[in-house]
Amino acid sequence: MRNKQATQLLFELSQPGCAEAIVPPCDVPSRPLAELVPPEELAETPPPLPEVSEPALIRHFINLSQLNMSVDTHFYPLGSCTMKYNPKRNDRLAQLPGFANLHPYQPLETVQGLLGALHALQQILAEIAGMEAVTLQPAAGAHGELTALLIAAAYFRHRGEHRTTVLIPDVAHGTNPASATMAGFRSVQVKSNTQGLVDLEDLRSKLNAQTAVFMITNPNTLGLFETQIRRIADMVHAVGGLVYMDGANMNAVMGIVRPGDCGADMMHYNPHKTFSGPHGGGGPGAGPVAVKKHLADFLPIPVIVETAPGQYTLDENRPLSIGRVRSFYGNISVLLRAYAYIRTQGPEGLRRVSERAVLNANYLLARVRSFLPVPYGHRCMHEFVASAMKIRASRNISAMDIAKRLLDYGFHAPTVYFPLVLREALMIEPTETETKATLDAFADTLKAILEEPPELVHEAPHTTPISRPDEVLAARAPILKWTPVSESASG
Amino acid sequence: MAYLPQTEQEVKAMLAAIGVQSIDELFAHLPSDVRFQGQLKIPPALSELELTQHMEDLAQRNVGTHQKVCFLGGGAYDHFIPAVVDFIASRSEFYTSYTPYQPEVSQGNLQVFFEYQTLITQLTGLDVSNASLYDGATTLAEAVLMCLSHQTGRKRVIVPQNVHPEYRAVLATYLSHVSAEIITLATPRGIIDADSLARVVNDQTACVILQQPNFFGCVEAARKISEITHAAGALLIAVVDPISLGVLRRPGDYGADIAVAEGQSLGLPLAWGGPYLGILACREAFLRRLPGRLVGQTVDRRGQRCWVLTLQTREQHIRREKATSNICTNQGLMALRATVYLAALGPHGLRAVAELCLQKAHYLRERLQREAGFQPLFNAAFFKEFAVAAESPAEVKTLLEIATDAGFFAGIPLGRWFPELANALLIAVTEKRTQAEMDRLTAILASARTRADSRAIDRKSSMTPSSQRTVQVE
Repeated sequence: MRNKQATQLLFELSQPGCAEAIVPPCDVPSRPLAELVPPEELAETPPPLPEVSEPALIRHFINLSQLNMSVDTHFYPLGSCTMKYNPKRNDRLAQLPGFANLHPYQPLETVQGLLGALHALQQILAEIAGMEAVTLQPAAGAHGELTALLIAAAYFRHRGEHRTTVLIPDVAHGTNPASATMAGFRSVQVKSNTQGLVDLEDLRSKLNAQTAVFMITNPNTLGLFETQIRRIADMVHAVGGLVYMDGANMNAVMGIVRPGDCGADMMHYNPHKTFSGPHGGGGPGAGPVAVKKHLADFLPIPVIVETAPGQYTLDENRPLSIGRVRSFYGNISVLLRAYAYIRTQGPEGLRRVSERAVLNANYLLARVRSFLPVPYGHRCMHEFVASAMKIRASRNISAMDIAKRLLDYGFHAPTVYFPLVLREALMIEPTETETKATLDAFADTLKAILEEPPELVHEAPHTTPISRPDEVLAARAPILKWTPVSESASG
Repeated sequence: MAYLPQTEQEVKAMLAAIGVQSIDELFAHLPSDVRFQGQLKIPPALSELELTQHMEDLAQRNVGTHQKVCFLGGGAYDHFIPAVVDFIASRSEFYTSYTPYQPEVSQGNLQVFFEYQTLITQLTGLDVSNASLYDGATTLAEAVLMCLSHQTGRKRVIVPQNVHPEYRAVLATYLSHVSAEIITLATPRGIIDADSLARVVNDQTACVILQQPNFFGCVEAARKISEITHAAGALLIAVVDPISLGVLRRPGDYGADIAVAEGQSLGLPLAWGGPYLGILACREAFLRRLPGRLVGQTVDRRGQRCWVLTLQTREQHIRREKATSNICTNQGLMALRATVYLAALGPHGLRAVAELCLQKAHYLRERLQREAGFQPLFNAAFFKEFAVAAESPAEVKTLLEIATDAGFFAGIPLGRWFPELANALLIAVTEKRTQAEMDRLTAILASARTRADSRAIDRKSSMTPSSQRTVQVE
């Protein structure tokens, strides 16, 4: 069954002259190009793109598609990424011609249905957050973080305060410190305690008049709920700082805990995680940001507002706004999928989703912890982090080995080596859309792998199209594009 | 029970295995003062049929480019999308997978991104490309940040007024906490004046931004601008329309250091502005400062050629606060669409599309000038988009309303961003527009102007040649 053609590159399939025309001949009188554009700006030849026939093109990409694991084909317990089932109805509805064929600058009277949906989504996201205002514009979670930190900066500037630091727990996503830097802040790391939660003493010692924002992910990346969240928020507010919640893990708490009620001043959502948007091989996602009232004036422009019942417009005239964070409005088709998902669930459904996500994770935790230690937490939320430290010491099988061997059994690997506080970490997130049978099969497989001959596991995967690529070579001598043989020989 | 496969019996068995009585017990460690009491005030659940009816109703309240003939551009274009693009992009092995953290089971995505990177370098004539960013505007901001960190000590960023106004706005937001100054260069004739540019470029200039074709559709003297920029030791960022590269010189060929593009034209639906695709290519010297994902070629332990995410030490999950950018998730599926689009067209297809845009845009402008009395706002050469002047802002509004009623999205009023150009319209023509559509639009606008008894007057560009506005940003 191995298909060698599958790994040929488009450029190697190229055969001059075999691509067919997709456009008709010109139906208006043509003029020489040099009459229309100064000759020095004209290219003599078009760019050297490959030329492939349509059948070759289809076979190429379909073969490539089959080299991927995906949610629709495999269990994908990639912690922190929330790879849950992507409902087909949402894809279909988001791509209706009345949504897909809208130009961003067409008259607003002609997009009232869309604006109505987006306005409703804003209100729903505000309600789930326990906050008052929402922008849907950020293009990804990290873009939402940046947007929120710029809002914080604008807020303090407006108040005449000069605050320079953002406090970030050591278990945080790497995007948090990177976003803080981009927004002009210095980040300061806050330690976790022995329970894997924010160390309040360490936090206290780092809070001061320079503190602009404390960024917290709750549940955190160890899958644990920060039970002291109210107290933490009070401590941050006491020095005049703001609390930002990274909403990457909202799938665990919808309708159960609202960040705003816990004292967070702002948060972002990852609709591709929480509201089941397909991840697209790494995007597009979106990163809506919700804020409390005192930050609403700083949201990016434009803001969708309702001017009369059922009438919507874009408000650009907002003097305190941080400005624009992207062109046009946002990743609309991702947002429409989120809207469709939420409307399918309703308030009870959303809560039940979180309950089942937590049930599945705790069930898998109960099954796994007998053979793979889970150092932090007796209970988890929607994910947990196991450690392969012990098995590494006893049988020399690492977290990476386990991850690779799982691929042989048809399971996508968990997230490995994150969060950084735990050595040999395996971050497992089953999500609510998996059956007990799948979780049992996964747990049984995991257990069996730990008992396999270590050499077998070291050399895994054995059945995948490729195995253990040389990543050092890739980084030491980067080859980032295809080069024709003649060129690469002379170069 | 939407999307929840566990039966009540299974739930019971699972609770027993965990050692609790109820699901609620799993949340017992959450302090009561953070537990949300009551029910979220959001609309009740809908069945699939009800949801479908609701969403179809919302969609029908919009009027799309499938119902009106679209002459709107301004950075988003109604280009034709070959069927193969939607077909490949709807393979769920592509769209329900994630960032290829496990290369063994992600070679499909990795190879597509490697092919995308190669196609983008071929398209732009530059050395390296990343595997996509969010959109054209944020990508321009990232490119400027690359230049600032490469050109340590140089703080000046020169942005002509004819760069997309929303790109300029996003750039201002991104630079609001960076020690840099944005110099906005006036472009009263629609294109960059070489002498004006030469006067503001100096040894403090980190980079000059050139949009080619620019926001008004005009073709710039790219090589000349590149020379002026480089003579001062500054870097050139070219913002391009990828379709135009079917006929126009590539950024790498006129010396641009970084090329940025909005990839929407390459097979992405308009979708009211997103998701789109940020294209970024650069010279090799900037490789270590490139934001976003990079896919590299290597071999596996069996010696087979394969692909992996590489140079990840630039990225936020390893370098954290020292990362070159915070970008994690980007636009993978959109990069796939662009890859399939470019492969489907090939060099001759891209050239054909570009030539159709060019010829048809010139046809329409000439007819509008001859038969409806519109004067071109600028005299410069143009590619697929052009600006024309009407009598007054009120006339612009009236004409657009009449055209909309007659089935045309005729253009974008420029007063939206340029108060001094409130009497002007920006009109885009893609390969999809037919002669019949253009003739009809011309007739409608001509008759509307006659009816309103407005006389077409030869008006000179009213774009204020405002003295250089220097916007200092702390």
